[in-house]
Amino acid sequence: MRKRVWSSVLLLVLSLSLILAGCGSNNGGTAPASGGAETASGGSNSGSSGDGSEIKVGILHSLSGTMAISEKSVHDAELMAIEEINAKGGVLGKKLVPVIEDGASDWPTFAEKARKLISEDKVATVFGGWTSASRKAMLPVFEEMNGLLWYPVQYEGLESSPNIFYTGATTNQQIVPAVTWLLENRGKKFYLLGSDYVFPRTANKIIKEQLKAEGGELAGEEYTPLGHTDYSTIISKIQQADPDVVFNTLNGDSNVAFFKQLKDAGITAQDMTTLSVSVAEEEIRGIGADVLEGHLAAWNYYQTTDTPENKTFVENYKAKYGADRVTADPIEAGYTAVYLWAAAVEKAGSTDVAAVKEAAKGLEWNAPEGKVTIDGENQHIYKPVRIGEVQADGQFKELWSTGEEVKPDPYLKGYDWAASLSSGG
Amino acid sequence: MQLRTLTPQRIYILIGYAVAATALFCAPLYLNDFRLNLLAKFLAFAIVALGLDLIWGYTGILSLGHGVFFGLGAYAMAMYLKLEASGGRLPDFMEWSGLSSLPLFWKPFESFGFAVAAGLLIPALLALFLGYFTFRNRIKGVYFTILTQALVIITTTLFIGQQAFTGGTNGLTGFSTLFGTSLAGTGMKHTLYYVTAALLIVAFVLCRVIVKSRFGKVLRAVRDGENRARFIGYNPAVYQMVVFSISGALAGLAGMLFVLHVGIISPSMMGIVPSIEMVLWVAIGGRGTLVGAALGAILMNSAKSVFSENYPDAWLFFLGLLFVIVVVFLPKGLVGLFSRITFRKRKESEEHDGAAAISHPAVRAGNG
Repeated sequence: MRKRVWSSVLLLVLSLSLILAGCGSNNGGTAPASGGAETASGGSNSGSSGDGSEIKVGILHSLSGTMAISEKSVHDAELMAIEEINAKGGVLGKKLVPVIEDGASDWPTFAEKARKLISEDKVATVFGGWTSASRKAMLPVFEEMNGLLWYPVQYEGLESSPNIFYTGATTNQQIVPAVTWLLENRGKKFYLLGSDYVFPRTANKIIKEQLKAEGGELAGEEYTPLGHTDYSTIISKIQQADPDVVFNTLNGDSNVAFFKQLKDAGITAQDMTTLSVSVAEEEIRGIGADVLEGHLAAWNYYQTTDTPENKTFVENYKAKYGADRVTADPIEAGYTAVYLWAAAVEKAGSTDVAAVKEAAKGLEWNAPEGKVTIDGENQHIYKPVRIGEVQADGQFKELWSTGEEVKPDPYLKGYDWAASLSSGG
Repeated sequence: MQLRTLTPQRIYILIGYAVAATALFCAPLYLNDFRLNLLAKFLAFAIVALGLDLIWGYTGILSLGHGVFFGLGAYAMAMYLKLEASGGRLPDFMEWSGLSSLPLFWKPFESFGFAVAAGLLIPALLALFLGYFTFRNRIKGVYFTILTQALVIITTTLFIGQQAFTGGTNGLTGFSTLFGTSLAGTGMKHTLYYVTAALLIVAFVLCRVIVKSRFGKVLRAVRDGENRARFIGYNPAVYQMVVFSISGALAGLAGMLFVLHVGIISPSMMGIVPSIEMVLWVAIGGRGTLVGAALGAILMNSAKSVFSENYPDAWLFFLGLLFVIVVVFLPKGLVGLFSRITFRKRKESEEHDGAAAISHPAVRAGNG
């Protein structure tokens, strides 16, 4: 008897889940979707995004998997920007409705979800991505379906898709000025340490060319797998090489291990300069300000950046998500992306991709990091570059800044020494 | 099963096949391009599941390294597509990784025929190679499984490290055409879908022929009693090697189709998690039945897509719950549940308490 009860319960559960699965697929089959409005965002029934009283926009970040810890904050900032815009009456008088998808830290999933957002939800634009790999996976989808992607993270450059706006820094807005500054202020001998994937490898290629051209010296170069946590060997190698500067392109958890073990080995920021390009306020929280104190980073924005816009931004972000949360460069870039898109749509009078792209050319906006301008040619944005030093409270003190905004140059065409890198054009 | 008479159960099964074939054939009529593309991807996964079932369900070899075979097939096809997309120039990632000319081993991949052959043979040969050193030395069970995991780690590390040759963590993407026709067109999507559906049916029939043949009987004998099979005079190692190699080739085939549908392959797709997921499809669908394996792959992936679309914050919990339910309560998978129900009905009409006998299916978990 008991057995029979069990299997009927099971059958019920399974058939329910299958029916659920079936429903979902059917919804997709008969566009526009009619049910399935349970999403936190409240997926609505409006057809394509030009008409009706709403405009759908996609938010596509990793909400699960290894990248979730970084991407969730950007996702939050983008939702906050959408809320703020809606509170002020929306765009073209229409409310923005976010459609949220999870990229799950998996590149093919990013491609699949991007396709879904464009073809099923018919979103006007997508804000999303973090890793270069996720952007590279989405790029063909956006080009094929003529969608629009706003990518909010600093990256390795050498790319300029007509369907992507890059609101993070390209190399000449982060790495190249940082290397120049280090050569002038901290010494000639560089040790390059990075995680083993595309961004560090490409960044280091650029740095090596630049060192050759600007009189620097390469003391060593080392890559560790993503998630690597034992740096004792590498630290002793660094000690032997005795560089003036360690240029750090490690990503994620590895930074925690590297900086803790560096401190344990008795090396402080006074003994040796390290400059990181993937350690921001958010990462400092995870690593510990006491461990990182005195170490350097290069970004376009810090939570301490002194602009009236930033004051409001930080206040609102903390009010919405908690006083213990911090803002950081990619978070600000994601927030800025939403506003830039909204401004371009207002200017174009429509959400049509071609019209928005045309309207975006030369568009200016006072972002928390300062005034930013969209470069119509490569769809990157002009931004200021800042070098900061970690303070005991986990915030950055700005040591140096370019003052004015730097023109984006993803292919480093303005640098003679980079000729061999940018043949891709 | 051995009976050739048309029992009602047999008729149901035949009807089931007919319905499935019709549903596959008519899919482009009731699915839009996006959903069709997803279904095509799931069908490719079903091919891996068939191959896995062949070795796990029928031969008792648990491989947690099929992501590698899948990935090798996928990379072979991706290399061809990348070269075609680059149109005679150096692929973009090689340029920024500092290569100035195309590496020698990339050259033959300009030919579609070579790419397809490589996508089938490289996984098959790798499986044969691995099988030669393990099965011949009577390494089996959990030790073999650990070796396959090692293979996964070695391969992904190699592919990530050799960025100039493999595209590193980004993998290979940015394809545009196949035989000069855009991959994006509806016509191309439908064609690729039908090719995948047809290949799935071919793979299914092939596996069924293998399983029903004398060869298949020996496989099951090896699974249930390797030493007995050996004493009777069969060399289990040979059978294991051959079936492992067939299974690898099927995974390679699926990988090639995957790249055509998804447009990207990266080392993360051949890593440990996808390799284990593949085994889960088989376990959930029903190990030891070909239909179960294929259905498991299609249903689990559909569930994953649908859950993650509707509940982007919590989909993993739903998926996990589904896994737990199936693993704890349905040791024979979904197919086991259905046959249990139909079987019980029949039994119940015959005698009162007959169901008890089959509600304790002998699960050979330890044998894997």
